[in-house]
Amino acid sequence: MNTPAEFSTLMIGVFAILITATVIARLIKARTGTTELVENLIARINAWWGMVALLAIAMIAGKTGVVILFALISFAALREFLTLTTKRRADHYALLVSFFIVLPLQYILIWTNWYGMYSIFIPVYVFLLLPIVAVLRGDTENFLVRIAETQWGLMICVFAASHVPALIMLEIPGFEGKNVLLIAFLVVTVQISDVLQYVWGKLLGKHKIAPKLSPSKTWEGFLGGVLSASLIGAGLWWMTPFTPLQAFVLALMCTLLGFFGGLVMSAIKRDKGVKDWGHLIAGHGGFVDRLDSVVFSAPIFFHVVRYFWSVA
Amino acid sequence: MFDYKKHLLAPLAGSAITLFARLVTAVRGVWDGCEPVARQRVYFANHGSNGDFVLVWTVLPPALRAQTRPVAGSDYWLNTPLKAFVGRDVFRAVLIDRNPETRTLDPVGQMAEALEQGDSLILFPEGTRNTGDDLLLPFKPGLFHLAQKCPDVDLVPTWIDNLTSVMPKGEVIPVPLLCSVTFGEPLRIREGEEKLEFITRAEDALRALGQEVQS
Repeated sequence: MNTPAEFSTLMIGVFAILITATVIARLIKARTGTTELVENLIARINAWWGMVALLAIAMIAGKTGVVILFALISFAALREFLTLTTKRRADHYALLVSFFIVLPLQYILIWTNWYGMYSIFIPVYVFLLLPIVAVLRGDTENFLVRIAETQWGLMICVFAASHVPALIMLEIPGFEGKNVLLIAFLVVTVQISDVLQYVWGKLLGKHKIAPKLSPSKTWEGFLGGVLSASLIGAGLWWMTPFTPLQAFVLALMCTLLGFFGGLVMSAIKRDKGVKDWGHLIAGHGGFVDRLDSVVFSAPIFFHVVRYFWSVA
Repeated sequence: MFDYKKHLLAPLAGSAITLFARLVTAVRGVWDGCEPVARQRVYFANHGSNGDFVLVWTVLPPALRAQTRPVAGSDYWLNTPLKAFVGRDVFRAVLIDRNPETRTLDPVGQMAEALEQGDSLILFPEGTRNTGDDLLLPFKPGLFHLAQKCPDVDLVPTWIDNLTSVMPKGEVIPVPLLCSVTFGEPLRIREGEEKLEFITRAEDALRALGQEVQS
């Protein structure tokens, strides 16, 4: 599949940022020596190279590539999430159904662009049918907690995450064949907001915004990160169907949702007594750690764009 | 003649099994008390699932893996040709007869022989899979007798976490969930240490490691 010209421009920009970040991190290391902070920074940047490469390859491969990539990401995220939820032996079938039937089916529905079904499959059908699978084993201990936590994992890691590839299927007049750029817009603004919150927080951060939930998050990091990322989002209007102002408002919406989504996922980590969701992305933790903000913003971004811009 | 089963099929099957273990559990080795170095050891671990030693085997660096043999019950591993191939040729398991009535070889002697050949061992001193709510079952005396016979080998407490949720006893299809294998501080039998004293010390070391991992 041919990627739009704007995609190449964006990739040049992203690579320029990554090269700059890599060089700066090496310079800091040369000056301060090996510290935990700089090692973590380098690990994070290296992981970014990997993530950008994977996403770029998937986008070049087109619709199928993006659907497969996000199905795999959902698998890794769901595996992390359900590792921490309450479960008993009696949940074995319900868990197998979640991984091997619900997850692939949701992505097949996305791939076939059956909007009427993929929008309600997990919130309606799975919500009602999965507890039936669990209840047949007759174990009532912690039953409500078990089924509720499993459903929550599916909503976050599968349903919400699948709205990223769903963006490819929106029909926007004058934007045909360029939908992959909507994904790029969402992922770039939300992720750059996370990065800039970290940078602003490290540079200026003084006043903690949610000391109980996430001691590293500060007001300075939050405001600086969200605003500068929204401005970057506005600056990316040329690759979207939006005007610069619209792009700013949408980027602001996504970065705010991303920020608060991060807080929600932090609260769950605290509740379950862990620092990270997993360990597979060096420097970042797990897939859920890296994706929490994208997952929280994707479905609402999808529906807002669909309502105001799409004809279908 | 080229033994294709031993030199081709077995390493391939070994790689396939470790890859599968990683895909399902993303298993991670945590060295918390000793380093992954080529020193002769007996890894003694908690036992909740048939896949336990596969996880330990998977997280060992390849060079160590090639010299580490699990100790397993021959009644389970020899009852079909496929299992016998996996147990004997892939894992090079030290297969012991758990039934004292029928056995012709002394299990501790078999393990000591493997150690004398320079290999390390993976051992489950509980003797059977733990399906209850207790962290550990009482250890069988085998570990003590082995330690007496080979007092210079490091005994490494090894905690396998979460595999019982992946594959509870009696289930066939594994649920993908994250697992970890934590290696604790090695211990050795002390001069003149009694059986009960040593077994209690080894149990406590493994239980403490398990509690640390789960907290």
